[in-house]
Amino acid sequence: MLLLLSVVASLSLGSARLPVGDVWRILFHQLPVVGGAVPATWPESSEKIVLDVRFPRVVLGVLIGASLSLAGAGFQGVLRNPLADPYTLGVASGASVGAAFLMLSGLRFALLGPWTVPVVAFATGIASLWIVFRLARTQGTFRTETVILSGVVVSAFFGAIVSFMVSLSNKVINDIVFWLMGSLALRGWSFSAVVLPFFAAAFAVLAGSARALNLLALGERQAAHLGVRVDVMQRVVLAASTLVTAAAVSVSGVIGFVGLITPHLVRLMVGPDYRLIIPLSVLFGGIYVLWADTLARTLLSPVEIPLGVVTAFLGAPFFAYLLARHKKGV
Amino acid sequence: MIRITELAKSYGRREVLRGVEFSVGKGEMFGVIGPNGSGKSTLLKLISGIEKPDAGRIELEGQPLGRFSRKELARKIAVLQQDALPPVGFTVRQVVEMGRYPFQSWLGDEPEDVSALIEGILDRLRLRALADRTLEHLSGGERQRVALAKAMAQQPRLLLLDEPTTYLDIGYQIQMMDEIRRWQSDTELTVIAVLHDLNLAAQYCDRLLVIQDGRQVRIGRPHDVIERGLIARVYGTEPILVPHPVSGLPQMMLQPGWSRAGVSGGAPVGDTAPRAAAGYSEKGATGSETPFGGAQWNG
Repeated sequence: MLLLLSVVASLSLGSARLPVGDVWRILFHQLPVVGGAVPATWPESSEKIVLDVRFPRVVLGVLIGASLSLAGAGFQGVLRNPLADPYTLGVASGASVGAAFLMLSGLRFALLGPWTVPVVAFATGIASLWIVFRLARTQGTFRTETVILSGVVVSAFFGAIVSFMVSLSNKVINDIVFWLMGSLALRGWSFSAVVLPFFAAAFAVLAGSARALNLLALGERQAAHLGVRVDVMQRVVLAASTLVTAAAVSVSGVIGFVGLITPHLVRLMVGPDYRLIIPLSVLFGGIYVLWADTLARTLLSPVEIPLGVVTAFLGAPFFAYLLARHKKGV
Repeated sequence: MIRITELAKSYGRREVLRGVEFSVGKGEMFGVIGPNGSGKSTLLKLISGIEKPDAGRIELEGQPLGRFSRKELARKIAVLQQDALPPVGFTVRQVVEMGRYPFQSWLGDEPEDVSALIEGILDRLRLRALADRTLEHLSGGERQRVALAKAMAQQPRLLLLDEPTTYLDIGYQIQMMDEIRRWQSDTELTVIAVLHDLNLAAQYCDRLLVIQDGRQVRIGRPHDVIERGLIARVYGTEPILVPHPVSGLPQMMLQPGWSRAGVSGGAPVGDTAPRAAAGYSEKGATGSETPFGGAQWNG
């Protein structure tokens, strides 16, 4: 409900002003059966702006936020570490290396046109995940501390490469830096269509693992004694979370903070049960990024603020407030 | 119920268990004792299926253990660990319900309604008043009781105890062991207990297995196992043995100054003990103030 209201509100806001009523009517008009009951009383340009420019962006924002929050919940559940976020395993820095290289070398639109950066970023993101898993594996098993450490090491290494590439060229520095800070600008429907299957698959995996994640909160041995195949479950959840993160990063750049903070927010509200945390993280993550992106494109319109900046700017104080309130309540 | 033959396990080059062989009958309370690092915990890990043996067989109800899936094992075996449950935000009732996990479908449903079972366990372990509190607000002793309740909800046929009383005070220790004994007699549960406290082991176990350096030293009734020479050889300290004034089971009191002091390998202490244990046991048997938990083995 809140999500729906947010969507419409966000659709109405923008550099070209449109009345909220028109937006409602345009949306209703698109519905297959009841749509005919709403007469088209708005200028055609409004319909174009709403349906072709803003709507795809809004949907992508919701999807990206939902994906990152879902992945964050998965990482925090499996690694049982409150600082874990979707980028813990180095996916973001891996993807950044690919993207930065393309921008630096001027191959940004080579071969696949606008899809070049996402495809390459996805590939390098997955490659970094593979390196982390290889590093973390000792004698066939892996421990969560080792996984986190390997992730940090790989992230630092790739981060250094990205910084090096940024420093190599003054001309394109803005391109790379802006990509690193994340943006949803100029992404059409096809980007949503690419992220959606990853999101759906990861959501199915994580929702199916919710009860096992609850048991894992009691400890790995406790979970094993209750019939969870802990190592298999951990690997599957990590892989699903990382894939959906890589998909999100490759189309929108590195949007920080959402995946870290949303699951915590939800946990502060509803407690430690992953059967609630996972779906609610998806919902709140979607709303969060939607509003952040709305602000990003309207606040200093027509200049866009990088989305990653807005998410952190909004999220940190809000989280501090919730934390303080929670402490008082205990 | 469970039969173990020629069990061996090594970690890297270090041999942790070798030639362990015993069987435990239905409804029996079987204790495993031995000094630190003797392989007791490894033995439990092998029986619970968390780790696989390098050699030997473990048969549960006539079937090799490896044939059961993780979930099937969890329907038959419950484990009560030494460390209490972590202070998480789940309520007591939620944690007890987690014991039903191995019986649930992937949606979390069960064919039969188990709320009566859960409520019965909460009553039985006097957890009703705490049922809606979260674990982070419970004491260590209470959390260990919740862990026992969760194990009960699992309705196992074999219960493995991994030194569950280690961090409990003497009141909780007795309460915990009494609850387990009552549960055992109600359901013909089989229990294999690794216990640190030899006095508790002697009081509650039908038979005891002593292991030292991964080899089994002796199996038998408490009277045959808790015996001065054996304890001195295995633990490297010479206690005073006293028959329990009520049950007559062997109990021990520690003597300061009687350790193997840095000598590794079983030094023969038995024949060098100058004082007659009998004189002390007389005194111990009549002294009613003998603190039960005094013989905590933490060395």
